[in-house]
Amino acid sequence: MNTELSAAGEAATAAASTAAASTGAAIWARGLRKSFGDKTVLDGIDLAVPQGTILALLGPNGAGKTTAVHLLTTYLRPDAGDIRIAGQDPARNPQAVRRAIGVTGQFSAIDGYLTGRENLMLMADLHLLPKKAGRRRAEELLERFELTEAGDKAASTYSGGMKRKLDLAMTLVGNPKVIFLDEPTTGLDPRSRRTMWEIIRGLVAEGTTILLTTQYLDEADQLAHRVAVLDGGRIVAEGTPAELKARIPGGHIELAFADRAGLDAAAMVLAPTDRDDDALTLQLAGDGRVSTLRTLLRQLDDASVEVEALTVHTPDLDDVFLALTGKKGA
Amino acid sequence: MSTMTMDGTGLDTSLNAGDTRSHALVHARIMLRRNLRHMRRYPSLTLMITLMPLVFLLLFVYIFGGTLGSGLGSGMPAGLHGGRAAYADYVAPAIILMAVAAAAQGTAIAVAQDMTEGIIARFRTMAVARSSVLTGHVVGATIQTLIGVVVVTAAALAVGFRPHANAAEWLAAFGVVLLLTFAVTWLCVGLGLSAKSVETASNSPMFLILLPFLGSGFVPTSSLPAGIRWFAEYEPFTPVNETLRGLLTGTRIGDNLVITIAWCAGVAVLSYAWSRRRYEREPRA
Repeated sequence: MNTELSAAGEAATAAASTAAASTGAAIWARGLRKSFGDKTVLDGIDLAVPQGTILALLGPNGAGKTTAVHLLTTYLRPDAGDIRIAGQDPARNPQAVRRAIGVTGQFSAIDGYLTGRENLMLMADLHLLPKKAGRRRAEELLERFELTEAGDKAASTYSGGMKRKLDLAMTLVGNPKVIFLDEPTTGLDPRSRRTMWEIIRGLVAEGTTILLTTQYLDEADQLAHRVAVLDGGRIVAEGTPAELKARIPGGHIELAFADRAGLDAAAMVLAPTDRDDDALTLQLAGDGRVSTLRTLLRQLDDASVEVEALTVHTPDLDDVFLALTGKKGA
Repeated sequence: MSTMTMDGTGLDTSLNAGDTRSHALVHARIMLRRNLRHMRRYPSLTLMITLMPLVFLLLFVYIFGGTLGSGLGSGMPAGLHGGRAAYADYVAPAIILMAVAAAAQGTAIAVAQDMTEGIIARFRTMAVARSSVLTGHVVGATIQTLIGVVVVTAAALAVGFRPHANAAEWLAAFGVVLLLTFAVTWLCVGLGLSAKSVETASNSPMFLILLPFLGSGFVPTSSLPAGIRWFAEYEPFTPVNETLRGLLTGTRIGDNLVITIAWCAGVAVLSYAWSRRRYEREPRA
């Protein structure tokens, strides 16, 4: 009985490995589930990230992004499902997976008591690099991340952006083949965000496989080869950024009026998709093109309606969610 | 069933596991270096836990010592009754135990503080031996404790503590202190890991500092009222205290050494198992 069971288990494991290998995926998962108490956080997700590409896991807070990263990086064990990272099964050999990966979590995983240089040297030591090679690697990374000057200051005194950079630099000390980045740019100023994007692009150019999570559609658009949209613990859409955007309506125009009469009059001549009698606003489908706006204004002029304000909304994550899940997202 | 892996890399997984075990020592040494660096860079905790027993030493020798020494009674061996000098001999072992307990409190704080550092989460996703973080803390704490014990012993000698132990007895006394340190350090690692906050971690080992008072450390148990005397005779610090006092000043040890070893070994083993469980438990995301 026992041997039969274990034989069946071995067969299933072998099948999973074959499936992972046949897709050429550096990160591969099938049927991942995780609950905390009676709250299901991940409800069966499948992922495959081909070697040398970036997958963005896009979703609002609470969608399960961080939990997905935790399961894939051996931080937590899944309740069910199969994972292969660089061909290794974390359920059977977590240390082999850990040797292949680098993880930069959402909260800075640095030692605040140590200096930036000491943090990097600590990583080099743990990766068992010889002293000289470790020192060289630390200097190289400090330079690459523009931290050389701050290298001898305690990491706890670093700014948010510097901490994030040091964090990523520490992840890179061991030259990981597969990197997980959990919301790498959340809370960064626009300039640091650009720098982070450049670094991520550089890594992929070197052949690294990356899975990153983000709340920002533009970030996924900028960086990822493929995007998986996570909502309520399930992947509700997957595709290239272009494929995904094609499924999103092209944004909307919002008109605000001074009084109810204006709102009513405008609603008569236009075809609003939504109206708010309290805020005295109308929403119309349409993009920000000049021709669209000119037509709209002419219609309003013809009907002698006074408009107090006009705003053009380009599609954002809210719109993606509305389109893909039929409910308000982030 | 073949044990060869089917993950397509051709790596034998059992070999990888052995590989990690052999790295456990190297990793523990790296973690120890990290802890010692923390202590050197932020010496306020070390200073605080060394100062506390020193203050008690001065308080008990110079303020209470004259009176307490006279009351030690004729039950004590020759030279151990009468005045401040006698009380310095009587109280010094208790102050040494207090130095161990105070350092252990520092360990609970350091461990709890470390668990709030993000880098611990990073270690969990690295090919680092799990035990190395705790080993680093325990060895670091032991070094810190022994430094504290040396400082306190030197201070006790300076204020009139006159032990008459030979080399073997000093060595045995050192062994007893080391054993106690090992036990209370693991206990405090467990307390530090279980604490929900650094404040809790700082308060929960308080009983360790009180226990020497509720034993034979400061006054003979025979002078205590019945209920407290019963507690004092059975609580673990009393046999440790009696053993240490016997080794250093020649009072009767009896079966206290055996009881000391049993207590320390028991506390160490249970606390070690508890700490490992706490640390290796899956974190709540």
